[in-house]
Amino acid sequence: MRIAVLSGKGGTGKTLISVNLAAVSKEAIYIDCDVEEPNGHLFFKPENLAAEYISVKIPLVDNELCNGCRICAVFCQYNALAYINQKLLIFDDVCHSCGGCVLFCPEKALAEKEKNIGIVQSGTSGLVHVITGILDTGEASGVPIIKKLMQNAPAGQEDVFIDCPPGSDCIVMGSIKDADYCVLVAEPTLFGVHNLKMVHDLVRLFRKPHGAVLNKCLEGYDPAAQYCEDHGIRIIGRIPFDHDLGTLNSNALIAARENGKYREVFTSLLQKVREEVQDAAAIDFKR
Amino acid sequence: MQQLLILSGKGGTGKTTIASAFIKLSNAKAYADCDVDAPNLHLIMSQSDEPKRSNYYGLSKAKIDLYVCIRCDLCRQNCRFEAIDSGAGGIMYEVYHYACEGCGVCEAICPVGAIKLIPAIAGELILYRGDAVFSTAQLKMGSGTSGLLVTEVKKQMTSVINDADIAIIDGSPGLGCPVIASLNGADMVLIVTEPSVSGISDMERIIKTAAQFQTKIAVCINKYDTNIKNTEIIESFCEFRQLPLAGRIPFDPEAVTAINTGQSIVEVDCLSGQAAREVFDRTMQILVGNG
Amino acid sequence: MKIVLPANERSMEKGISVSFGRAPYFLVYDTDTQEGVFIENNAAKSQGGAGIKAAQTVVDTGAKALLTPRCGENAADVLKAANIEIYQSINGSLENNISTFNKGELKILSEIHAGFHGKGGE
Repeated sequence: MRIAVLSGKGGTGKTLISVNLAAVSKEAIYIDCDVEEPNGHLFFKPENLAAEYISVKIPLVDNELCNGCRICAVFCQYNALAYINQKLLIFDDVCHSCGGCVLFCPEKALAEKEKNIGIVQSGTSGLVHVITGILDTGEASGVPIIKKLMQNAPAGQEDVFIDCPPGSDCIVMGSIKDADYCVLVAEPTLFGVHNLKMVHDLVRLFRKPHGAVLNKCLEGYDPAAQYCEDHGIRIIGRIPFDHDLGTLNSNALIAARENGKYREVFTSLLQKVREEVQDAAAIDFKR
Repeated sequence: MQQLLILSGKGGTGKTTIASAFIKLSNAKAYADCDVDAPNLHLIMSQSDEPKRSNYYGLSKAKIDLYVCIRCDLCRQNCRFEAIDSGAGGIMYEVYHYACEGCGVCEAICPVGAIKLIPAIAGELILYRGDAVFSTAQLKMGSGTSGLLVTEVKKQMTSVINDADIAIIDGSPGLGCPVIASLNGADMVLIVTEPSVSGISDMERIIKTAAQFQTKIAVCINKYDTNIKNTEIIESFCEFRQLPLAGRIPFDPEAVTAINTGQSIVEVDCLSGQAAREVFDRTMQILVGNG
Repeated sequence: MKIVLPANERSMEKGISVSFGRAPYFLVYDTDTQEGVFIENNAAKSQGGAGIKAAQTVVDTGAKALLTPRCGENAADVLKAANIEIYQSINGSLENNISTFNKGELKILSEIHAGFHGKGGE
């Protein structure tokens, strides 16, 4: 089963939960889609590392063939081309790699070259296969990295845990597209609820079966639990605020591997998730 | 007018909690929420009047007119973003709104002019004008153009203020486009971090990004007592890199209670609120150049 | 010769725009005839690459110099390719900047900032 863990807001516990669920699974694949700020690898400290560069195509001009017609510069929606003093200037960093300029150049003066924008790193930590996407600082879009990352999540025997970035933008969409089930992580604050709504809207748009895990629960009024009740989101787990758990987490230690108590917590959460996935398959949410 | 931007790299470190405290303490006449993906500042800085709302148009998106379409499949074959699907039976061509990047290749390559790029509403700009000017926005789900919306949020704020000494900007997490756009025009960046390995890693990446803009940078450690060892690591790092420390704020359950009732931590009597005051004073010193 | 200044409003008495790429207008001023014309900056609404498009607009005016408070890398590359000099503007009105320029008191812009999309990674 492929499980995406997401929350609208950062710092709610996506990585805590996805890392620990992967750790208590028999054999699992953990994919870190938070390519701007990947953190899962800090917990797993994977070994046997291999990295693959991810590149996008950028135009390359042959100035001999270029006659300055400017069709490419006018066509480009991103202003990545400028024709100045009989030379075509190409701006890699705003290019979206659509290939249009190359396609439409009447003189065939444009070709393409590869530009690296980041890497996909893979390694192992115990029985977990750890796959991390890292976008180079300064690059605009991580979408090509997500595409590559998700190729590592085939529907098959192994459990796949996808640690999504915060928010609900196109990168998050790319991360949940192939998921069988989405775990929405929420914290009991007013900020948390507002952002829970966003990802709730997102998973419904994508018609993904989903459930909520409330993290860092304290005594007293829990606005996130209230939201779930009001909107019919099944609460599949509650993790109380726990100083020791927080300390382990802040030291990048995998709680389920350090302490039997937490191994229990995450094992039962994993079991609950499996049950939910089976139920959902029976009802057939998919299109 | 000086702009103070609050960033963090990692989400959940306390940007909005601290930004709202600073706004109250400085009595700022201008402030903005640049976290257009997931704006939160309005939940603390409640406003009495209705704001002005305007549509924000992002990337144009392609639209296929099926009456004109001859099903030649050229558009789908040439779309680099896999945003065109041939649909049911291979004849119901449609553009996936979320994947389309508005490049125009399909529009140009269609032999019968069945495809047009149409401006798409990508979000909403919101402007409150009460005692202070508060500019914010909400990006629509899946939209990829948050950098420009952030620029619009700041522009919206600066275009209506007359006499503000200081503007406080609640930034967004991460270090992509929206963060870069919010760094433009900032006089100082306060980086809020938390003492976790993840927090430290993200802090380093955001410092690297902010340094490219040559603005003043200071660091403050929130929830510092959740891990003293890591707090000390951050403080040594800052000393080594000669980055001023604006201070540290303890973890405080009272902060959660305050936030959940829509109040900032300096409006109630709590430890984090007191510490925030000291961090604020220090930040102001650094901003005006006495630090 | 012609010089260009980014403007917030179509008025010589108003201030110079803080942004080059997204300034709503450009003032194209001829120092010989002492006449100025405001043109729209159609780069302002661009999703990305605004600096590049704005720089192209400046090149197309035939100007020899740009007066601006800041300029990004990409825009600077375009202007350099066209041999247009970039001067550091001062706080104040467009008029003020022009007279200061005429007196030869404006400095060449020395700090070119990284573009909004950065410049690639490590």
